[in-house]
Amino acid sequence: MRNLLLVLAFIAGSATAQPIKIGELNSYKTFPAFLEPYKKGWEMALEEINAAGGVNGRKLEVVSREDGGTPGEAVRVAEELISRERVTLLMGTFASHVGLAVSNLAARRKVVFIAAEPLTDKIVWENGNRYTFRLRPSTYMQVAMLVPEAARLKKQRWAIVYPNYEYGQSATASFKQLLAAAQPGVAFVAEQAPPLGKIDAGAVVQALADAKPDALFSSLFAADLQKFVREGNLRGLFRDIPVFNLLGGEPEYLDTLKDETPEGWWVTGYPWREIDTPEHRIFLDAYRARWQDYPRLGSVVGYAAMHTAANALRKANSTDSEKLVAALKGLRMGTPFGPIEYRALDHQSTMGAYVGRLARRSGEGVMVDWRYAEGARFMPPDDAVRALRKE
Amino acid sequence: MSGSAVLLQFLNGLASASALFLVAAGLSLIFGVTRIVNFAHGSLFMLGMYLALALVPHVGFWWSLPLAALGVAAFGALLERLLLRRLYAAPELLQLLATFALVLVIKDFALWAWGPEDLLGPRAPGLDGAVRIAGRSFPEYDLFLIVCGPLVLGVLWVLLRRTRWGTLVRAATQDREMASALGVNQHLLFSGVFALGALLAGLGGALQLPREPATLSIDLQIITDAFVVVVVGGLGSIPGAFVAALLIGEIKAFSIALGYAEFTLAAEFVVMAIVLVVRPWGLLGRVPAVQRGPAAVEPPLATPSRGVLLALAAVACALFALPLASGDYTLVLLTDILLFALFAVSLHFLMGPGGMLSFGHAAYFGLGAYGAGLLMLKGGTPMVVALFAAPLAAGVAAVVFGWFCVRLSGVYLAMLTLAFAQIVWSIVYQWDAFTGGSNGLIGVWPDAWLSGRIAYYYLTLAVSLTAIGFLWRTLYAPFGYALRASRDSPLRAGAIGIDVRAHQWAAFVFAGLFAGLAGALYAFSKGSISPEALAVPRSVDGLVMVLLGGVHTLTGPVWGAALFTWLQDSVSRGFDYWRAAIGAVILLLVLVLPGGLGSLLRARRPA
Repeated sequence: MRNLLLVLAFIAGSATAQPIKIGELNSYKTFPAFLEPYKKGWEMALEEINAAGGVNGRKLEVVSREDGGTPGEAVRVAEELISRERVTLLMGTFASHVGLAVSNLAARRKVVFIAAEPLTDKIVWENGNRYTFRLRPSTYMQVAMLVPEAARLKKQRWAIVYPNYEYGQSATASFKQLLAAAQPGVAFVAEQAPPLGKIDAGAVVQALADAKPDALFSSLFAADLQKFVREGNLRGLFRDIPVFNLLGGEPEYLDTLKDETPEGWWVTGYPWREIDTPEHRIFLDAYRARWQDYPRLGSVVGYAAMHTAANALRKANSTDSEKLVAALKGLRMGTPFGPIEYRALDHQSTMGAYVGRLARRSGEGVMVDWRYAEGARFMPPDDAVRALRKE
Repeated sequence: MSGSAVLLQFLNGLASASALFLVAAGLSLIFGVTRIVNFAHGSLFMLGMYLALALVPHVGFWWSLPLAALGVAAFGALLERLLLRRLYAAPELLQLLATFALVLVIKDFALWAWGPEDLLGPRAPGLDGAVRIAGRSFPEYDLFLIVCGPLVLGVLWVLLRRTRWGTLVRAATQDREMASALGVNQHLLFSGVFALGALLAGLGGALQLPREPATLSIDLQIITDAFVVVVVGGLGSIPGAFVAALLIGEIKAFSIALGYAEFTLAAEFVVMAIVLVVRPWGLLGRVPAVQRGPAAVEPPLATPSRGVLLALAAVACALFALPLASGDYTLVLLTDILLFALFAVSLHFLMGPGGMLSFGHAAYFGLGAYGAGLLMLKGGTPMVVALFAAPLAAGVAAVVFGWFCVRLSGVYLAMLTLAFAQIVWSIVYQWDAFTGGSNGLIGVWPDAWLSGRIAYYYLTLAVSLTAIGFLWRTLYAPFGYALRASRDSPLRAGAIGIDVRAHQWAAFVFAGLFAGLAGALYAFSKGSISPEALAVPRSVDGLVMVLLGGVHTLTGPVWGAALFTWLQDSVSRGFDYWRAAIGAVILLLVLVLPGGLGSLLRARRPA
């Protein structure tokens, strides 16, 4: 009899235990190279979570949507996820302006939003809000990781090239500010801001060379970076000067360079072949077994973002937005890069990035001499953050 | 700048110009003869790149160039034969819609076939190094490109000037109907020209391999550049395209050299605006021949019958009653549909009855949206005031831009609207302190009493319906009749005392104002506003809505806006290749319903 009751209770329980819905939206068609690995990452995490019994006795269900790559459409998609799908929380977005728009809507509708990919400093600082949490190290943090190396070289004349939109502008502004603080008297002799995706690489390389810099800082990526590297190699721009390139070591961008990979560049990135920590080993093996492919940085971001959602739900033991916010503030969890914490101060995770130098190994670009830069060590002072957040 | 720096930058400009010229030459040829505004030309360029890249491992780099070009030419011929040929008799501009659908399909095909990652091609064997010029390194391959441009120009010149086929092409460019009347086989000629244009696009793409990676976004990047070159040079003029490519290539190279790389974002559009204002047919273009025959004259808009008016009133009532029965998200989607319907109707006002094609209507939509956001965030204006004052920003812009635009006609006019829109876009995109730059403005929310989804839906419904009703009513007012007369026969309209330009200018301002109103509604419904609101894709969306609905119908743009917005919303959900699916639906509609959705209503109405 007791057994029967237990069985009945179990049946009743599983029937009422609706899955917890997570709304995921991203610009899959606009940035497929980064977001397909990202999707594989969160799909794998989702499978892991549900195979282990889900969260709080309920399975997780992800409703994933294309956000069209524009803020207007993304806001509509997010509205759909909130009002029709009744999702518990939102995660995703890639470009900064889309992330900021969704973050603003999330605050308006009082729904938690885990901004997985956007790099903009503003999403946690100037435009930060109670309901938005960001996983990836921000533009500022990644610049700050490169600055110590840059300052150590004691180069006097720096040239800068960046894509002409917020990411490139704020990377440049942070770099100038941090380097000038670390190395007083440094001069910035040339700045080139080609349009995003439309760099006229030959002319830009020529103009930079004409300024006769001692060193170069770039925040180019994707097609712009490839064009710039080829022209720079051909025209000998990089022959005698050190180059720093934000994001240049991320497999998404590095792998396309192949035998064009410029040796010796300082970059932030993800040397997936060589990271030998236990947590990364487990992730790498599982990922390769699941997808017959190697992980990109996007894979790690998607994977960690999904686990963030699960951990927050577990810690809150509730699907209530306010309790989730409380749970996410100061949430500590493991990732393939090691432990991270979502800072209560500004909702930025302390996930770091790998800083190293580029090299060619049998026609492929790799990162060498790398080390992990812990995100927590590259933040501005708390007071400065508080002033920016205006909370 | 030292002398050697100037020389090197000049060579850089030449190399870029060559690349630009190849794509533009094909586009110019195709337009000159077939009058098709081939939106898919950039996609042919992209196909050339990917095809060459796929061929390199098998045949080597140098053989991949001609083979890829021929492959793209064959594909182009097939497109013309199977698709575009069916559309020559259809209302003009429908080909534009069809080629837009092709862009979507080809992009997804490339994604499926070659994957999402950027593919950097090999350096060209034999030309993989640099030579020393004036003490600096300059890539050998760029020198080769510099030679390629004039070489292709020469070959085209011989082909067009020294062969019988070329004579026929020039005859058709000058006067298509006359050439046909004299017994020239149009089908053969059109297929041949389209194939040659595609070949040039494919070759242009393949030649770029050693300079830039093959990416899925290159198609739309290259198409605007190519259009600008073609128009600046003069439609149908190959030497004109060459001169224009040189001009734009050099201006870009030297603005980079002087440290104004930011300017390259708008450089070609500034050039185009200046050229068109000074020389309305481009640098080397000619005044186009008058279009003959009944096809050029639109049937007059019928006065809606009592039945149609009742049906429209019933639709409006149903929309007012809807919140009683529907979910929240339906209202969100309908809010989008309504404000896009207003946007489409304002564009239709300009394109249909006004007879002025616009490729830059998003500028007014975006200015309305930014106006609303700025008034509220920077000016502290109450939301309702901002909503109705913001369209004035768009209106003022329309007054200025319209004054220049109504002095042109046809595609030149359309391209000038595009130039103004792109200039506005690049200012908004880069003026961080005022417009928020690439991130835009965040936190543009309606007042509390309007912030619920139902309340905002009612606001949008009331404003949109009133505005659409007003625009429609205007078409049947004396002003509307005069406007339509000006479109159908500017000469006769002028003769009976109608100030044609003044009417067109006023129409321009009206269209701008109401697009701005739609934009303001949009800003408050999203809570944020970014430069995309006034970028090219938004203008293209508007065109697609109007053309889907039927440019020669009254209510068509509304149905077009509804269908397109709904398609984007529903197809993109849970279907990976949704872009191709939307393209396929548009192609199907174009073939089955060349008059647009609105023509369904008209066909059912008793004559």
